[in-house]
Amino acid sequence: MRVEVREAPFDPWDVLRCYQDELADQVGRYGATAVFVGTMRDFNEGDAVQAMTLEHYPGMTERFLEDISAWAASQWDILDSLIVHRIGPLWPNDPIVLVAVWSAHRAAAFDASRFLMEELKSRAPFWKKETLASGERWVQKNTPG
Amino acid sequence: MTIHVKFFASLREQMGRAEVTMEPDAGTTVAQVWEHAARDVPMPDNLLAAVNMEYANLDQAVSDGDEVAFFPPVTGG
Repeated sequence: MRVEVREAPFDPWDVLRCYQDELADQVGRYGATAVFVGTMRDFNEGDAVQAMTLEHYPGMTERFLEDISAWAASQWDILDSLIVHRIGPLWPNDPIVLVAVWSAHRAAAFDASRFLMEELKSRAPFWKKETLASGERWVQKNTPG
Repeated sequence: MTIHVKFFASLREQMGRAEVTMEPDAGTTVAQVWEHAARDVPMPDNLLAAVNMEYANLDQAVSDGDEVAFFPPVTGG
């Protein structure tokens, strides 16, 4: 299980490959890997978005993500999970978040990854500020799904 | 007792500061910490609070050395 909040841009597919390469002791045990990648859009609420800044609560954010990862591991029969989330300045098409879950069968991987993503979106302390042509604005709430 | 108060995102900008140290009386609640720390800024309906990096209710009492954080609804992912 790993949680990472990072300022540096990342390629989710590279990160995923590297992390899975480290799961040598799980080879042959997992038959399902569910992956979610969230990417920055260039529109929101009808406006063109040029850039974005993501802020977090250092310490609480990491702890929260570790707690939901541990909870998911206790609720579903999963073998491992990975959460990577960007902070700092972002531009359209930048990956924002990667959630991956490994399990023997698909149901646990699908369900646990959905749980992790929904908990992250609704409760993890991150905040987005958008840059529009007209200036900056804080995002008030996330889209429902 | 001494507590450390932090503001994040739009609340930090609204307050004009990221953190402040206070010395409230024993039994002070999270809501009362807001009243002291935010001065004239009314409490937002959707305010979220954490004590020592765990989500907290506004009627929870704070203790010496606590870190109390206030922030708006979260928008990550």
